[in-house]
Amino acid sequence: MKYLRPLLPLLSLAAAEIVALAVPDSPLHQPANHPYFAVLLVVVTALYYIFALLSNHFAKRRKTPREHPLFYRAPFLAGVILFGNLLNIFTIKTAIFPVLYFPSLDRVFGTLVEDRELITKCIGFSLGILLKGVLGGLLVGFFTGLAIGFSKTAEYWINPLIRILGPIPSTAWIPILLIVFTEARNASAFIIGISVWFPTVVLTSSGIANVKNSYFEVSSTLGAGTFYKIFRIGVPAAMPHIFLGLFNGICGSFVALMTAEMIGAKYGIGWYVNFQKEMMAYANVYAGLIVIAVMFYLIITLLFKVRNRVLGWQKGVIKW
Amino acid sequence: MVSSIRFDNVKKTFTTIDGEKVNALSGVNLEIEQGKFICLIGPSGCGKSTMLRILAGLDTPSEGAVYLNDKKVTKPGSDRGLVFQDPNLFPWLTIYDNIAFGLKARGMFKKRRGDVSDFMELVGLKGFERSFPHQLSGGMCQRASLARALIGNPQALLLDEPLGALDAFTRMNMQDELLRIKKEQNMTMIMVTHDVDEAVYLADQIVVMTPRPAKIEKVLDVKLSQPRDRNNPEFIRLRSEILKILDFAGKEATPEYNI
Repeated sequence: MKYLRPLLPLLSLAAAEIVALAVPDSPLHQPANHPYFAVLLVVVTALYYIFALLSNHFAKRRKTPREHPLFYRAPFLAGVILFGNLLNIFTIKTAIFPVLYFPSLDRVFGTLVEDRELITKCIGFSLGILLKGVLGGLLVGFFTGLAIGFSKTAEYWINPLIRILGPIPSTAWIPILLIVFTEARNASAFIIGISVWFPTVVLTSSGIANVKNSYFEVSSTLGAGTFYKIFRIGVPAAMPHIFLGLFNGICGSFVALMTAEMIGAKYGIGWYVNFQKEMMAYANVYAGLIVIAVMFYLIITLLFKVRNRVLGWQKGVIKW
Repeated sequence: MVSSIRFDNVKKTFTTIDGEKVNALSGVNLEIEQGKFICLIGPSGCGKSTMLRILAGLDTPSEGAVYLNDKKVTKPGSDRGLVFQDPNLFPWLTIYDNIAFGLKARGMFKKRRGDVSDFMELVGLKGFERSFPHQLSGGMCQRASLARALIGNPQALLLDEPLGALDAFTRMNMQDELLRIKKEQNMTMIMVTHDVDEAVYLADQIVVMTPRPAKIEKVLDVKLSQPRDRNNPEFIRLRSEILKILDFAGKEATPEYNI
């Protein structure tokens, strides 16, 4: 059994390939141009074994080798392939699932290849809006939060405003923003900005408020001036809170992005999904969802990589 | 005699949430000579920490003033180093960067870069430059916080129960370290402590304080030479004298027990 574990993906792959290539397709389904699903499975399995063997090779040189990577992830991959195999059986092979809403996996993955030009354009468009909105919201939120955290006057005047405006869902601003901004993409960026701004303000200011007063006292006795205390004591000490705010904000911004793109946008991955749904092209809808999942996964991973670097001194709170 | 630090009728009143006025310090006069080791000792509420905080510039007196070399103390400054019971190292900085903090804050790091390793050596932390505070023991953190306060070459080092959180062995070790550093750097050290033994072991002058009203009860000169033997008859006599003053004061302040 122990020696069977690393071979599980191969067994699962063999079963899936037999079903995909040897079993005839249901005539109800529209045929795909190429056997994309079968090819994808082979590529994924091959990549898995290459990486597993490589990392196994390097793990041996480490002082404390981790568990054998071939053993560790193999059942999981086998399970994933099995899941794909079942989906394949229920869709194209037997047409048990409603044909219109559950297109064949070949067509879903085929869309990613055949419609790549439009999808890439949409990704670029969405990322552009996201970057603009997140950066804007982060900068404004960070400095508003700093002001509230350090100045009693700013707290007095700005805090009530945040309490009233902050909880309004950012997408509720859409009717107003469509009038204010002539271009839909700026309206979208603004919506994203709002959804990042609110958690960033709240967590930055509360982070500053929670900094131990003795840190400020120590730094005064060491001769630090006001600006030095704000940016070298207040900001780094509040950094764990600020990152938490940014994390919440970015997660919220994904929701905002999808909603914003469904109104009056010409491109964008949210627009793509919505547009394809209206065209009844469900293979494209699923392809769009896959792209969204991968895109947002990568963004959050990047954020956590940055966090681990900046907050290396702290023991992790949220794991990703 | 040139006194380097002078408390001139310093009073401090706090107002509690109920609007009640509490005397944290009622009229303190004290002169401290340059280069002496002073211990402030007394029960909680006698105002010893308040005295230190006023001298550090972190609190302002309600009446009177503190002078450092005839200059009135109004705000914190690097001429007075301060060490708390909690080391209060900045957890996001390495030990090296913590110690260098004062130099960087005052824009002197480029000129005096070499001092950082000198002071790390002085407190015995060589080799821990790249460690973070959470990786070090309590005693080592307190050494780092000592070096951080010392690197600005303060005229006076203010110590607010710096050894209070350490175990007995580390504590005795650190007491000797303090004496060695004071000798090498030739500075005034003012230390708040609860520990009578520690006060007699370290101080040239012991300021005994009592609460309600918070004031100085007596200033004792310790004439014993360094290094001191904790079993010396004079050492024991001083210790019991201080305990007597403190015990007496305690009874005065709590008449409700004498029903």
